[in-house]
Amino acid sequence: MTADLGNIALWIALLIGVWGSITAFAGGWRGQRELAASGERSVFVLWGLLFVASCALMRALLTHDFSIEYVAAYTSRNLPVYYTWSAFYAGQKGSLLFWSIVVSTWGSLALFFNRGKYRELTPYVAGVVCVVVTFFVAVMVFAANPFHRLGFIPADGSGLNPQLQNPGMTIHPPMLYLGYTSITIPFAFAVGALMSGRLDTGWIHAIRRWTLLSWLFLSCGIVLGMWWAYVELGWGGYWAWDPVENASLLPWLTMTAFLHSVMIQEKRGMLKKWNLGLVVGSFLLSIFGTFITRSGVIASVHSFAQSNVGWFFLIFLVVAALGGFSLLAWRWPRLEADAKLESMVSREAAFLFNNLIFIVIAFSVLWGTLFPILSEWVRGTKVTVGPPFFNQVNIPLGLLLLALTGIGPLIAWRRASTANLRRQFLVPTGAMLLTALALAAVRMSDVWSLIAFSLGAFVVATVVQEFVRGSGARHRLHGESYPVALFHLIGRNRRRYGGYIVHLGIVMLFAGFAGLAFKSDTETTLKPGQSVDVRSPYGHTYHFVHQGLSQYDALNRQITAATMDVYRDGKYLGVMKSEKRQHVDALGRFTFEPSTEVAIRSDLREDVYVVFAGAVAGTEEAVYRITLNPLVWWVWYGGMVLALGGLIAMWPGEALTSSRRRAEQAGYVARVTSQ
Amino acid sequence: MKAQTKFLIGGALILGTVGYLMATGIKETGVYYLTPAELAQKVRQDRSIYDVGIKIGAKVVKGSVTRDVASQTISFRVSDGISSYPVVYHGLAPDTFTDEADVVVEGRLQHDGTFRATTLLAKCGSRYENAPTRSA
Repeated sequence: MTADLGNIALWIALLIGVWGSITAFAGGWRGQRELAASGERSVFVLWGLLFVASCALMRALLTHDFSIEYVAAYTSRNLPVYYTWSAFYAGQKGSLLFWSIVVSTWGSLALFFNRGKYRELTPYVAGVVCVVVTFFVAVMVFAANPFHRLGFIPADGSGLNPQLQNPGMTIHPPMLYLGYTSITIPFAFAVGALMSGRLDTGWIHAIRRWTLLSWLFLSCGIVLGMWWAYVELGWGGYWAWDPVENASLLPWLTMTAFLHSVMIQEKRGMLKKWNLGLVVGSFLLSIFGTFITRSGVIASVHSFAQSNVGWFFLIFLVVAALGGFSLLAWRWPRLEADAKLESMVSREAAFLFNNLIFIVIAFSVLWGTLFPILSEWVRGTKVTVGPPFFNQVNIPLGLLLLALTGIGPLIAWRRASTANLRRQFLVPTGAMLLTALALAAVRMSDVWSLIAFSLGAFVVATVVQEFVRGSGARHRLHGESYPVALFHLIGRNRRRYGGYIVHLGIVMLFAGFAGLAFKSDTETTLKPGQSVDVRSPYGHTYHFVHQGLSQYDALNRQITAATMDVYRDGKYLGVMKSEKRQHVDALGRFTFEPSTEVAIRSDLREDVYVVFAGAVAGTEEAVYRITLNPLVWWVWYGGMVLALGGLIAMWPGEALTSSRRRAEQAGYVARVTSQ
Repeated sequence: MKAQTKFLIGGALILGTVGYLMATGIKETGVYYLTPAELAQKVRQDRSIYDVGIKIGAKVVKGSVTRDVASQTISFRVSDGISSYPVVYHGLAPDTFTDEADVVVEGRLQHDGTFRATTLLAKCGSRYENAPTRSA
C-alpha cells in the first residue's frame, strides 16, 4: 500500500517534471507568461509529489515494512528509531529520493522568495530545477526504485551498518546533500542570466544568500564527516584524501572562490565570465561527486553500493557541462569587464590570486583523484597517488592562501598607497614575526607548522584590528560603549564581519592541521596490571595501566570493553574505555563485521585516542593503539566558528537598513581616510 | 609594466611551481595499483618492480589468515582467482578485515615473492549494507 502510493507519486512526478521542463524553458524563451507560469507552478507540484513519496518511504521504514527491498536492506527491528530515520538516506535509492525532495524544496523556496522579481530569470530557474529533479526521479523510476518490492517478506531486515550508527553520521550526509543540492539554485540563476541575456548584477544579487547557504552546508558537512571518521573509524585521523572526501572538497573550493570573486564583480564590474564559469563548474563538481561515489570507477574505502546508476550521472554530467559552457560561450562577447586591474598592490589583485590558488588546489585535487583512470588510459597501468602527493602540493598552496586571507581584507581597492599599507600591516606583521620567533625559541621542529602558526597569528591580528577599529569608530561617532559598538558593527555589516569570523575559523582549522605534524602512534600489548608510558610533544609523559576486559550485551550488540587508567605526569586523569562491538539482529545472529568504539580524551592541547584492537585469544591480554593527536580540538571548534561566521554573513534582514548602512560606511571610510 | 602583465607573470609562476610539485609528487609517491595477475606479469617483464611501491587490490584467500597477536603480525594470501601472493603485515588490521574481504595492501614485493605491506585497507565486504536476500 505505502509502496504503491510512493510509486504512483514518483510516476506522476516524472510526468510533471517533463511538463515543467518544457513549459518553463519554452515560456521563458518565447516570452509567453502563461506557459512560463505553468512551468514555475510545476516546481511546487513536484515538491508536493516528492513529499508524498518521502512520507511513504518514511512510513515504510518506521513500520518495518520488510516487503520493500530498501527497508529490508537498511533497517532491522532492533534498530533504534533515530537510526531508522537516518536509513532514509543511508542507502543509494533512499538518498536519490532525499536528493530530489531537497532540490525541489530549494527550487520552491527560490521561486517563492523571488515572486514578482527577476521576471526574465525565474522561468529558466524553474526550468533548470525541473530538469534536475526529473533526472533524479527518472533514475529512481528506471534504475533504482526505493519502493521496489521483494518477492517475499523476510522475518527481519539486515540492519544498518554499525559504522553508520553514530550521531555524526545521522547529520553528516544530509548536510552534504543539502550543500550539493543547493548549488542547483545559483546554477539555475546563472543559466537564466545567460539565456535571457540579463547579464547585469541582478542574478548575482538573487543568488547571494544561496551561494552562502550551499557553502555553509558543504562546510558543515565536510567538518562533520571529518569528525565522524575520527571518532568512528578508529584510525586516528580525520582526512585521508580519499576520492569521496575529495569529491566533497571540490565544490567547496570553487564555491569559496566564487564568494570572493563575486565581490570584485559587484564593486568593479570585473570577472563576469569567471564568476559564471565558477557557478557552472561548482554545479558540475557536485554532480561529479555523486558520479564517483556511486559508480565505483575509482577505488575508495568508502564502499557505497555500486551500480549502473553512476553512468546515468556521467551522462547527466556531460549534458550539463555541454549546456552550461556553450551558453557561456554564446554570451562571451557580452561579458566584457567594465574595469581593468590597476595595480598589483590592490584588493582586486589579492582576490585574483586567491581565486587562482583555489582553482589550482581544486585542479590538483581533481587530478590526483582521477590519476588512476588517467594513467590507465595513457600508460595502460593504474598508478595511484595518496596523501603524500596531496600534501606536497597543497601545504604550500594552503599557506599561500592563509597569507592572502590576512592580506585581502586589509589592502585598499584599486591601488593601495604606501600610507595605507603601513597603517594596515604594521600590527599584523609584528604579530606574525613575534609568533615565528617564539616558536623558533621553543624549537618547533616542523617548519611548515611554524609558518602555519605565524601566518595564523597574522590573520588573527588583521581580524582583531578590523574589529577594534570598527567598534572604535562607532564608539566615537555614536557614543556607544565598546561591547554595544561591536555588536552593532557586526549586525550592520553582517557580510563583512561575518566573513572575518569565518577567517578566524579558517585559522583555527589550519592550527589543527599544523598539529598533525606532531602526531604519534604507539602500539602495545598489555596484560592486566601492565602499563606503558608515552611522551607527548609538549613534554608530558602519559602513563597507561591496562585494567582488564569485560563482556556484556546491549540492545543490538555484544560488547567487549577494555579499560585503562590514565595518568599525566603522575596525576590521575581518569578511566578510558574502548570497545569492540559485534552487532546482532533480533534473533541473536551476528550481523556485519565487529566494529571498534574509540576512547577519546580531548582538551585544548591534545587528544589522547585509544583503540582496543583485540584480545590475545582467551586471555585478558589486550592489544592497544594509543595515538597522541595535538590540537585536534581546534579543527572541530574551528568548524563551529566558521559556521557561525557563515550564518552571520547570510542572516537576512540586512537589506532593510542598507541605505543607512551605506551612509555609516561612508562616514567610517571618511574618518579612516582622513586619519 | 601594466598591472595585468604583472598578474599574468605571478600567475604563471604559481602555475609553474604547482605543475612542478604535482609532477614530482606523482613521480615520487605514485604507486602501481595492480591485481595479483597483473603483478605476476610485471614481475616477468620488469625486474625493477621490486624497487617501487605497489598497491595490490584483491580478495583475502579463505582460511589463509594467521595472526600473531603478541608481535602484531598478520600473514595471509591475496588472490584474484588467477594469481596469488603471500602478504605479511605488521600492525593492527581494520575491523572490516576478514576472510574473503576485498583488501588493498600497499607496500613492496620482496625478492622471495612475499609482499611486505605497510598499509592494509579493507573494504566492508558487504558494503554499507548487508545482503538483502539473505533469508527467504
